[in-house]
Amino acid sequence: MKIDFTLNGQARSLNVDPLQPLLTTLRDVIGLKATKEGCGEGECGACSAIVNGKLVNTCLFPIAQVDGAQVLTLEGLRETPRGRCLIDALLTAKGVQCGFCTPGMVLALYQVLVNSPDVTQITEHEIRVGISGNLCRCTGYGMIVDAVNIAIEQGEGLW
Amino acid sequence: MVTVNTQFKQAEACGVAEYVADRHFEGQLEGRFYRSSCSRGVIDDVQLPTFPPGYHLFSASDVPGKNELPIVENDWPAFADKEVRYIGQVVYLLVGPDPEVLEDLIKQIKITYISSTPAFTISQSQAMKDGPICGSDNQFDHHELIKGDIDKGFAEAVTIIEDSCSTSYQEHLYLETQGVIGYPKEGKIVIEGSMQCPWYVHHCMSHVLGHDKVRAIQCTTGGGFGGKEDFPDVLAGPLAVAVEHLQLPIRLIFNRTEDIAFTSKRHPVEFNYRTGVDKDGKIVAMDLKLDINSGGYFSLSGIVLQRSLTTCTNVYDIPNVRVSGTAWATNTVPNGAFRGFGAPQTCFAIETHLSHVAKETGQDPAAFKQAHFLTSQSKTLTGAEIYGDMVLDQMMTRADELSDYHEKVKSYAAQVQMSDDKFGKRRGIGLAVFQHGCGFAGDLEDILVKAKVAIVKDPQGNVEILASNTDIGQGLSLTFCKIVAETLDIPLDRVHQARPDTDKVPDSGPTVASRSILIVGYLLENAAKELKENWIEGVEQRFEQVYKKPDYHHWDQQTYQGNAYQATSYGINVVEIELDLVTCQSEILGLWAVYDVGHAIDALVFQGQIDGGLVQAIGYGSSEKLELNEQGTFAQKSMADYVIPTSLDVPKIVSSLVENPYEFGPQGAKGGGELTHNGGAAAYVAAVESAIGVNISSIPVTPELISELLYGCENGDESGGKNED
Repeated sequence: MKIDFTLNGQARSLNVDPLQPLLTTLRDVIGLKATKEGCGEGECGACSAIVNGKLVNTCLFPIAQVDGAQVLTLEGLRETPRGRCLIDALLTAKGVQCGFCTPGMVLALYQVLVNSPDVTQITEHEIRVGISGNLCRCTGYGMIVDAVNIAIEQGEGLW
Repeated sequence: MVTVNTQFKQAEACGVAEYVADRHFEGQLEGRFYRSSCSRGVIDDVQLPTFPPGYHLFSASDVPGKNELPIVENDWPAFADKEVRYIGQVVYLLVGPDPEVLEDLIKQIKITYISSTPAFTISQSQAMKDGPICGSDNQFDHHELIKGDIDKGFAEAVTIIEDSCSTSYQEHLYLETQGVIGYPKEGKIVIEGSMQCPWYVHHCMSHVLGHDKVRAIQCTTGGGFGGKEDFPDVLAGPLAVAVEHLQLPIRLIFNRTEDIAFTSKRHPVEFNYRTGVDKDGKIVAMDLKLDINSGGYFSLSGIVLQRSLTTCTNVYDIPNVRVSGTAWATNTVPNGAFRGFGAPQTCFAIETHLSHVAKETGQDPAAFKQAHFLTSQSKTLTGAEIYGDMVLDQMMTRADELSDYHEKVKSYAAQVQMSDDKFGKRRGIGLAVFQHGCGFAGDLEDILVKAKVAIVKDPQGNVEILASNTDIGQGLSLTFCKIVAETLDIPLDRVHQARPDTDKVPDSGPTVASRSILIVGYLLENAAKELKENWIEGVEQRFEQVYKKPDYHHWDQQTYQGNAYQATSYGINVVEIELDLVTCQSEILGLWAVYDVGHAIDALVFQGQIDGGLVQAIGYGSSEKLELNEQGTFAQKSMADYVIPTSLDVPKIVSSLVENPYEFGPQGAKGGGELTHNGGAAAYVAAVESAIGVNISSIPVTPELISELLYGCENGDESGGKNED
């Protein structure tokens, strides 16, 4: 099946099995490897990407549903000022340990920030809800949560 | 002089770091294991399908060297030959281009076994139905350790309390599953992968292949927690055989189901205490029997047993002790290393038991424990002088200041009776004190490991660290660089650690046992001091260091007398919960932690260990249920069944460090990575006990268990706990 979508701002056209998980398309067909496979069953969130403004588990997301959609992965986000700011904030907070959950976690944190009407009012609980679908076994989450406030502080005006 | 290293974890955060699944070699093949479906038996008949061209099968008969994984004892075969000891044991490695064809071939392989009655639990192992699995008595290892005079101690006792505690399995659940990729290069067989100990993999390949033309390289590793200490050998041994035969790149990566089902776990342990308390409320005797479920092969169980025995009295000075411990063979996946290495089990059991003893003798648990603290003048359970200062009292004061522990204990004791408020919520607070011996057990650092490191300065004045210790998320690469940069007083960005690659780095030992900073970091500090004293501008210089044990350190492995570890770190955790009496679910309201790790070289890096270790321990104590089914495999098969804490299950942790520099550690540092996992489960259990007033004796304490403890008796279930109200 022919699938047309926008990946990290670039138009893509692929002929693939419509049921192929988006994760497989990203990693094995296109060769973008920032998105990780942690469990393959939608539990851990390591494979997170943003599709039409929503955080999805790409390991469960059939490519057919991506037809006509906008897809953002860490490869795209890291090239933007907001993405750069968030990554720097996460590094400042030392919220990256083994790093395997990090690509998905950065996208989840990004969603928390961009979906907030007023970032100065974001609560710790809202951040924790925002990343609750992304498992991390190293950090205990505290320093990942800290990154949001650092990003808001360091990225004045960006959010 | 030292500036922030902006490169630290940059590659991981940007998604450009290459984990093993991100590596690609032209023409690489896939590998899949064919595993035993029998938990105990002998292979009787084998029917293999016809393999299409390009597809291969490797078995024990293809091993050119020894068909053994060299993990302490060499009892674990690389490929099962005749005997199988657990479901999931590797029998064959299948290799070919298409994973789907490999899966299909696996389905067509038929093995019939002559099976015997398997043993999954310690009591089944003791029963030895159909004879022993190994040796004459199913005991992989057994030791007894005695301090003082146990009979004299019990003669002084006015109260004797018998108590049992048990712990279950724990799964590491590193976010990246096990994986390796092997290929031939320049006459050598090379294996790259997700691993803690490249030299272990190197030795394993060499043992299995029968020659030393091998090389192991660590890829960026997505978490280990001990699970990638010995276990990568299970992949690397068979893979090395296949790569050598085919001379092609092959990768072998577990999916999550396979990883949960067939990799090593934390050992389940059963503790049976008999403790005597004298008329003044002090413990005068403790008789402890502990039994460890090892699984099918010996692996690291002996060293786990040694830690459990030599630290069984935790941070307490008990005059008369007898402890006997046994590691039992069972027909399950061999249990292995997991952060804490026996200590989380031991700390949970002794802390929980002492709380029970305190309550039984009418004393406040925290005050009772504090009255038994080891002091700088004490001798340890193994008869050694305490080296350095004990600061446990200071730590208790700090923990109380942070958490308001004593006030909350009083206030929660005054809560309305549960019987008067069946639909309400109860609060509870619990505290646990714990320790962790750093470095290899006894004097193994001296007689077995003899760590070596080197640092090399190039003509431009940049310094490279050559050590085999891996950054698996704990931040070691930054800590190592800081030790060297701060000793040399040069900017941090002029120091970097070479990738752990056995062609490039000396064997500074494995990344285990809270030894990387204490042992290897200290060698690096000394190498850096030597470089500083002999620094010559514009030329390349290299300085090496080899481990030498401090003069005070003595150990007798036969009698278990002396310094059980080179150094010991200490911790206190406090957990506060609110428990819903209807759902029996608890919400964690507060987590506090105080540590003596000598000195933290990078406070934020260590905070990462504090947060991550405590949350992993809370999972161990509360939600991470992993149990065997009737077949002897794990009932929990996926991340949906095996529940680790999410960001919503834990609050922000408040932590504090007490400075207590250690003379033979870099900048005064001791180990800390494992310590942070040792106390959380005990503190959580103490908090639940405080909320419901019922003694608990096993973990994990799930809502189902609490419900059973609270309401089981009412339904006529005798397994319910003893209600103290």
